[in-house]
Amino acid sequence: MTGRFKRLAEHARPQITIQIDGQHVEVLQGDTLMVAILSHTNSLRESEFDKGSRAGFCLMGACQDCWIWTTDGERLRACSTIVREGLSLITRSPEAAWNLV
Amino acid sequence: MEPRVVIVGAGPAGTRCAQVLVSYGIRPLVIDENNRDGGQIYRRQPSGFTRGYSQLYGTEASKAKALHECFDSLLDHIDYWPETCVWGISGKTLYASCKGEHREVEFDRLILCTGATDRLLPVKGWHHAGTFSLGGAQIALKAQAVSIGHCVVFMGTGPLLYLVAAQYVKAGAKVAAVLDTSALSQRLKALPMMLARPMVMLTGLQLMWRLWRARVPIHTGIRPDEIQGDQTSGVCAVSWFDSAGRYQRLACDAVGVGYHLRPETQLADLAKCAFGFERETGQWVMQLDDDYRTSRPNVYAAGDCARVRGADAAEAAGRLMATSVLSDLGFAIDAEFVLQQRILLKALDRFRMGLAQAFPWPADHAAQLPNEAIVCRCECITAGDLRAVVRERHACEANRAKAFSRVGMGRCQGRYCAEAGAQIIASAAHVPVETVGRLRGQAPVRPLQVSPATEASKESVK
Repeated sequence: MTGRFKRLAEHARPQITIQIDGQHVEVLQGDTLMVAILSHTNSLRESEFDKGSRAGFCLMGACQDCWIWTTDGERLRACSTIVREGLSLITRSPEAAWNLV
Repeated sequence: MEPRVVIVGAGPAGTRCAQVLVSYGIRPLVIDENNRDGGQIYRRQPSGFTRGYSQLYGTEASKAKALHECFDSLLDHIDYWPETCVWGISGKTLYASCKGEHREVEFDRLILCTGATDRLLPVKGWHHAGTFSLGGAQIALKAQAVSIGHCVVFMGTGPLLYLVAAQYVKAGAKVAAVLDTSALSQRLKALPMMLARPMVMLTGLQLMWRLWRARVPIHTGIRPDEIQGDQTSGVCAVSWFDSAGRYQRLACDAVGVGYHLRPETQLADLAKCAFGFERETGQWVMQLDDDYRTSRPNVYAAGDCARVRGADAAEAAGRLMATSVLSDLGFAIDAEFVLQQRILLKALDRFRMGLAQAFPWPADHAAQLPNEAIVCRCECITAGDLRAVVRERHACEANRAKAFSRVGMGRCQGRYCAEAGAQIIASAAHVPVETVGRLRGQAPVRPLQVSPATEASKESVK
């Protein structure tokens, strides 16, 4: 699938490479993790409470809907973390799921 | 010893407050959750981005530039902690977290400039990926130069609805429609009060004109029905009932939703500031004196966290609040300056009431949400679940209903569901919404990473 977000300007920034779920992708310097991921795919994570996918909501650090993970297990807020070269991100929680009936 | 003055927030209110304090020789500590100053409205784009002020801030470009330059000029005279979240308050100690590092700060005077977030009203399907808050949609464009989707619908009410839609059109995004729950007749009725700020009214009309010229359909007096979509691909359409009650549906892949703004008051809660219910807006607001003292000694609040009046008012209130801090510290204050700010703010407050009348919060939409609609999008708890705890467990008070239903207990800690939740409880219990009360803010006001070896670094301000 193409990305959920559409870039409208600021295309001239240098490209950097990161990994999203094991796939190498080109993103732009200054992208938030949210923009880096959602310009390639359509969601950031799965909900812990239903089977739906989530793509963030407020973009200002208030809703906490956009937590994603690095392959090292670090949890990052995608809307307010700027991308850096070589980052390896995963969009499926490495933490144990709970409360799913 | 110099008093320790701590300002939380570096938007228009925080910046102007710091400026006045610095001019009197005080060196405040400014704690900011963002990585740069400007707050949300004048948010600065990351380094490496090249769009100019007029492209980013439109009619407000010169104000944005002035505020940023003011903050830059203060940097040598303040202590500034960006990317730092104050998550708790106990007595005269603030607890903060900066990139995983724990910090504690003692204060003599605490100044809250914590801003606002979007005021939201749930709609069936708003948990689907591709639904964003209006403010979030604006941040995507302003700070990252992206559109939240390839075909976007904006829904809700308030000035931001038209501003964000017009900004999207100007930036070249495809806007499928603007759906406004308030009717044109309500805007006409509010006209006399809105004329308190004729230039702002004019800007609003220009935004509408830009949308008309771009042939963006604008529907007013609508009732949202559903954000349609599925669990894998997210949003695929929006449906609503138009002003004549007819069902309408429009395909899209993203929706920006918002009903004006709500004050961010968790820290004021932790500082034990008193609140009162404001009938005109249907919101709980901090009790303040004319010069922005809260009900707690040594705690002050201004900007949108105190009253949602936008950036111009935040700047004036920030300055006025600084004078009350200074006068409480024993400084002599220029009475003329105080009077000027008070007069300016009176007009802005009249305009705020005009906005509340022109773009009313549709409380009945919340009360009438279908049982299957999700109220808490964090934990997928429905309106029916919430009504059940009112009916079966007599939970007619907001915090009690939260304890039983978990509405307000998820990731966002009630920021986006509490107001609609209160309406649902009130209507199910047949009581006025103010008797339902409000959710108490809890520490930590943001989820924290728990790290096994966190040695608190006690910082004090010189």
